[in-house]
Amino acid sequence: MRDSWKMHPVTQLFLARFREFIRQPEAVFWSYVFPLVMMIALGLAFRSEPLEAISIAVQEGPGAETLISLLKKEPSFVVSGGSAEECRRQLRAGQSELIVVVEPSVGQIAAGLPDYQYVFDPTRPGSVHARNMADDVLQRAAGRQDILNTSDQEVTEPGSRYIDFLVPGLIGMGLMGGGVWGVGFAIVDMRIRQLLKRFMGTPMKKPHFIIAMIFSRMVFMVPEIVIVLIVSRLLFGVKNHGSYATVALLIVLGAFEFAGIGLLIACRARTLEAVSGLMNLAMVPMWIGSGIFFSAKRFPEFVQPVVDLLPLTPLIAALRHVMQEGAGLLLILPELAIICIWGVVTFVVALKLFRWE
Amino acid sequence: MTHAIECRQLTKVWPGNPPVEAVRGIDLVIEQGLCFGVLGPNGAGKTTTIEICEGLLTATSGEALVLGKSWNVQASEIREQIGISLQESRLSEKLSVLETLTLFRSFYRNGLDPKEVIARVSLQEKMHASIKSLSGGQRQRVSVATALVGNPRLLFLDEPTTGLDPQSRRELWRIITDFREGGGTVLLTTHYMDEAERLCDRVAIFDRGRILAEDSPRKLIADLGVEHVVEFSVAYTKDHHDREQPAETFGSGLPGVISARMESGHRCLSVREPHVAIPALLGLISEQQLQLTSLTTRQASLEDVFVHYAGRSLNDSGQEGVSA
Ligand SMILES: Nc1ncnc2c1ncn2[C@@H]1O[C@H](COP(=O)(O)OP(=O)(O)OP(=O)(O)O)[C@@H](O)[C@H]1O
Ligand SMILES: [Mg+2]
Repeated sequence: MRDSWKMHPVTQLFLARFREFIRQPEAVFWSYVFPLVMMIALGLAFRSEPLEAISIAVQEGPGAETLISLLKKEPSFVVSGGSAEECRRQLRAGQSELIVVVEPSVGQIAAGLPDYQYVFDPTRPGSVHARNMADDVLQRAAGRQDILNTSDQEVTEPGSRYIDFLVPGLIGMGLMGGGVWGVGFAIVDMRIRQLLKRFMGTPMKKPHFIIAMIFSRMVFMVPEIVIVLIVSRLLFGVKNHGSYATVALLIVLGAFEFAGIGLLIACRARTLEAVSGLMNLAMVPMWIGSGIFFSAKRFPEFVQPVVDLLPLTPLIAALRHVMQEGAGLLLILPELAIICIWGVVTFVVALKLFRWE
Repeated sequence: MTHAIECRQLTKVWPGNPPVEAVRGIDLVIEQGLCFGVLGPNGAGKTTTIEICEGLLTATSGEALVLGKSWNVQASEIREQIGISLQESRLSEKLSVLETLTLFRSFYRNGLDPKEVIARVSLQEKMHASIKSLSGGQRQRVSVATALVGNPRLLFLDEPTTGLDPQSRRELWRIITDFREGGGTVLLTTHYMDEAERLCDRVAIFDRGRILAEDSPRKLIADLGVEHVVEFSVAYTKDHHDREQPAETFGSGLPGVISARMESGHRCLSVREPHVAIPALLGLISEQQLQLTSLTTRQASLEDVFVHYAGRSLNDSGQEGVSA
């Protein structure tokens, strides 16, 4: 009986975990729906439509009326007038990107042209853009001639939009959350219920238990990722430009990596509070630093080595290489190596430190 | 034949402030084929001792040999041959009885068919029910079944019947007796003296980390030299209600009475010959113008053995060291 694979302890432990999981409909629902909701919300919020209307506030004063009618000729501008105070408030609140003030003229009085002052926030890309657009419009209206001949070619290809960048990030985030929470809570719960201690009273081999925990997590996470991939394709046309086999390999290795990290986090914790704290402590740096929502390369140079070694960074980077750029297996070998090292090291260390009672 | 269990000078100190000496030098030899009961109040060290024997805790000093093997060198062989049911372990609620037992079966090289074990604990009807849907008694039987499914030679049961109704208790007694009749050894802990008297071939009475007495229940009771216990209470008649209550030792020195004491609010006399002692007691009561409000006699039990050795009743808290 023992010889058949069905009665192997790993199979049985896996089946037990699997049954426990699918018999908790709420847990299944949330673990599968949450990443989807996240993707849809962010996908809609950052959808790549032509730039939205640019809001400009014109400060009341002599010449303001003429300025407003001048700016209104540009269809992408939404222009409003107001007191100095009102204008400032709008800028602060993000309701307008730019304030234009008509200054008492000092320059070409003879030409009858007024002077303008732009009030804007140079750290806000929208603000800078508005300033340049408004400046162009006003300069041209005053008679500026463009000397160079230029032409625009617009590229909005799938693969280069924000949503194409976001989906691999969300897949990575889903793998991290699923692995860390799924394994961490399950283990601490079993410890609280003294089930781990009960298992220790049997001849069960510890590595069998740990392998089954990790493997069952990997299996739960695959449908989650597949759903995200399908919905992102149907809803936003997100395509995988690389091979599906490579993406699948990355997902499996990522699931293994984070199940291992979940195990390590939970290997000594005795209460759910303790393990939640540790899990957040482990995940916050990766939420921020590993490039889920924006490229990790934006961080200053000196933190790059740290950021690059976080478990999530190479996973997301590799997923993006494959999905957005169609990179093959060879190109992502360094990332794969870091992922595997994390997986194996956490597994071994967790097995050593694990508290069974 | 090797002993089922052999403990030599076992101690366990839980670190803390102050450290708790849960087990303070226990010597215990349990022969194979017996049902051995460990009795004692809360905190006596029963669970600690049994878990050291189960290989789940390490002793501070001393060693526990199980089936002649040492935990230090042959742990996995021991585990193949023992079955355990913990005092406070909760199995996965979402799994069915059969799934749970199949899981536990998979851990053992040689075990029993899970369905056969389910039949042994009379849970055939609940085979496919989830653990969550079971009553306390049924869960306890599943817990014992997980201990049986590896076909053990030695069964450890930590308070298998605590909190169960009389019928569920009897059901568990039957399971334990069946196992023993099949040649197995059982080590169980209990708070119920009647259970120990009916089920166990030998008992050890634990208190504060030590063994107070160890023998067969019959021998322990016989050694008290007391065959009966008379429990009674008295009150003053209306005209004398302002008088002080009689002393706790009221009745000692009467013919046939060995000793007198208060036990959880009841007056108790240990007597050798009730037909001599009771008339004498009634005489004393009327002489002192008291009224008898209740009177029962019973055979001496393990409860009395505990009182005799610990100097207090089993229900009194063990921690404060109440002494009679
Ligand atoms: N994990 C622990 N840490 C610290 N002290 C402990 C621990 N477990 C038990 N003790 C202490 O050891 C002593 C003996 O406990 P034990 O559980 O062995 O008693 P017991 O006889 O099984 O009692 P009960 O009848 O209540 O189950 C108690 O004083 C208890 O407080
Ligand atoms: Mg106990």
